[in-house]
Amino acid sequence: MTADDPSGAGPTSSASLHDGLRLTRRQLCTGLGAALALRPAQAHAADAEVIHFDMFYKSFGVRGIEFSDRLNNLVNKTVAIKGYMAPPLKPESRFFVMTREPLAICPFCQSDADWPLDIVVVYLKQASPMISAGTSIDVTGTLALGSYQDIETGFVSQLRVIDATYRKSR
Amino acid sequence: MRVSHFAFSLALGLGFLSAATVQSQTIYPLHRAEILAGSKFDFKVEFPGAPKEAVTSVTINGMDPAKILGSKPTFVEREDGQDYSALVLRDVTLTKPGIYTVSAKMGDQIKTVSWDVYAVQKPRVAKNVILFIGDGLSVAHRTAARIMSKTISEGHYGGELAIDDMPHMALISTAGTDSIVTDSANAMSAYATGHKSCVNALGVYCARNKNTLEHPKIETIGELLKRKMDMSIGVITNTEIEDATPAGIVAHTRRRADFNDIVKMFYDVKPDVIMGGGSPNFLPKSVNGSKRTDETDYLKLFQEAGYRFASTDKDMKDAAADPKTTRLLGLFNTGNVDGALDRRLLKKGTVAKFPDQPDLTDQVKAAVTVLSKNPNGFFLMVESGRIDKYSHSLDAERAIFDTIMLDNAVKYAKDFAARKNDTLIIVVGDHAHPVSILGSYDDDRAGTTPREKLGVYAEAKFPNYSAPDAEGYPASVNVSRRIAFNFGAYPDHCFNAKPYLDGENVPAVAGPAKGEFVANEKYCTQPGAVRLTGNLPKEANSGVHSGDDVVLTAIGPGSEFFRGHMENVKVFRAMVSALAVPVKDRAKK
Repeated sequence: MTADDPSGAGPTSSASLHDGLRLTRRQLCTGLGAALALRPAQAHAADAEVIHFDMFYKSFGVRGIEFSDRLNNLVNKTVAIKGYMAPPLKPESRFFVMTREPLAICPFCQSDADWPLDIVVVYLKQASPMISAGTSIDVTGTLALGSYQDIETGFVSQLRVIDATYRKSR
Repeated sequence: MRVSHFAFSLALGLGFLSAATVQSQTIYPLHRAEILAGSKFDFKVEFPGAPKEAVTSVTINGMDPAKILGSKPTFVEREDGQDYSALVLRDVTLTKPGIYTVSAKMGDQIKTVSWDVYAVQKPRVAKNVILFIGDGLSVAHRTAARIMSKTISEGHYGGELAIDDMPHMALISTAGTDSIVTDSANAMSAYATGHKSCVNALGVYCARNKNTLEHPKIETIGELLKRKMDMSIGVITNTEIEDATPAGIVAHTRRRADFNDIVKMFYDVKPDVIMGGGSPNFLPKSVNGSKRTDETDYLKLFQEAGYRFASTDKDMKDAAADPKTTRLLGLFNTGNVDGALDRRLLKKGTVAKFPDQPDLTDQVKAAVTVLSKNPNGFFLMVESGRIDKYSHSLDAERAIFDTIMLDNAVKYAKDFAARKNDTLIIVVGDHAHPVSILGSYDDDRAGTTPREKLGVYAEAKFPNYSAPDAEGYPASVNVSRRIAFNFGAYPDHCFNAKPYLDGENVPAVAGPAKGEFVANEKYCTQPGAVRLTGNLPKEANSGVHSGDDVVLTAIGPGSEFFRGHMENVKVFRAMVSALAVPVKDRAKK
């Protein structure tokens, strides 16, 4: 896979391609407007498979986590998911983190805050205005699994929705 | 701990301020340090303005430091490229007790500090020490736990808490070298090293080094008792094992958030029993769910070093029951172990993901079983860590339940100690929270909002929790007349004076302005909810610690050390005194 392809298709980890740190928040304060070679797939909410945070994992244990079969089967397919936008760094971006619950902390802004393990990284089809962190949103896009390190920020993600659009939940 | 993020950024700000205003030399350990003879520490002097070595001089008791310290300190001009020079000697030991006067001269400026180097003169009275930390444990937590757990009627309690029923007691003040209010890192560091430090620091003085791992170190009690007495060490908690309080037994870092480094420090010191949450920092980074930045597999390394690994309550009990188990690593959650209210009654938090997490009381039983095999005795640190976390999140019922859990764990330890009377047990908070019992919230009162539901003075009456079960917990916290357990410091949030039955309270979330927090709207639409304007700076996302003293209770040999008011560093002195930690190192086997 190429380092700038957040689909994560291909071998397990691109982290080794970079000497960057995992989840380095400070680095994230720079250059979130990464130009990404996004896939051309069109996401239509109507034919999207609805997924939930609850169904992500087959096993979620102290020795590591494993994605569920259902999630594995949906790779490269259009999915829709509801969650909360983590506190964004910039008013407009193509990249944000989605969490199950609204975050009390801002891992991007605070040196020792940490992300929950069950996060979804969303790469938008186009840069869009970010919204307040406490607001529930619906995201539609293409599901990607596997370790991927964002080329600009060094942020490592395991589960992504790419080529995505979002709107406030109704 | 939530507040640390806020505290950390404040601390950084203060650091810049002091860097700009400090004029004189700084000598580490700082003035009035009490140093256990034979313990290790790093000696450092920082000279502002980056002078050349030739214009500086340092004496200890009027003599060349090399004569007193055993070797010559190194002079580093412009350490880390910064505007100061440093004189450093690591791993120093002073064996002769007495007052040491250290002077650092730069041109015509002299800075002088004194240290009190003490040795334990009396024979060993305790074979074992168990140090219980109720993180953030304040007086209101104890009172509320007593009301719920022991019942109260006509002004009389139905019984005593194990944490209260002890012969010796002291008020402990918790201030650090930087502030009257401290955090759990610095607070634990004071208990574990006998030296005060600053917010976010563990086992180090807060100097000006850029690298968080290079600040002047002070030996921890975990290292000391392993090195000098070959005692077994246990560190158990219900938080992440890398969190400040457990880390304090082994760690040296200016920044408590260095979790990956802290795992390595646990591995280097090798406490015989290590239990808590926080497994992702033990997993190599290629494993999905790891939080490491390298490929080191600490689960494997610990097992290769003879540790039995447990990931559930059952594993832990099986390991403890196996007579061959002498080392035990238990990691029961990727984050914090769920609190007593979620595990026992509400089944919220991560209970569905981790259905077989141990109770702290059972962790203590398992740890004591394994550690007491060592004829040289053991030191066990037990933390009920979520009393603090739930107080940060303004979640009274969860904090009170975890205080009851602490009480059960202490009761077990007291029963163990009573068999031979050779174990010193200390129970103490590490810092306070601004919490208080105002009365009760009574659903039978007219109106819907918290102030309408609040009964004060005679109107508070007594809460109507059901009779506690055998372990001291009521069957429900959602009764019609509940303890009004209030928080004196809070961010913007919405509040309806009801228990948080759907999961831990998240009072505030990040707002539109960078670094500022606003009320979590989720709670603003609940029946009776009112919107409270925070009384904390807008950067605070949760409640904060307070500078109040905390209560210490103690039982067993050496507990008579505690009386009146004491500085937190005296807890270390009480422990090493009871164990008579010798000045000389033990002969190598």
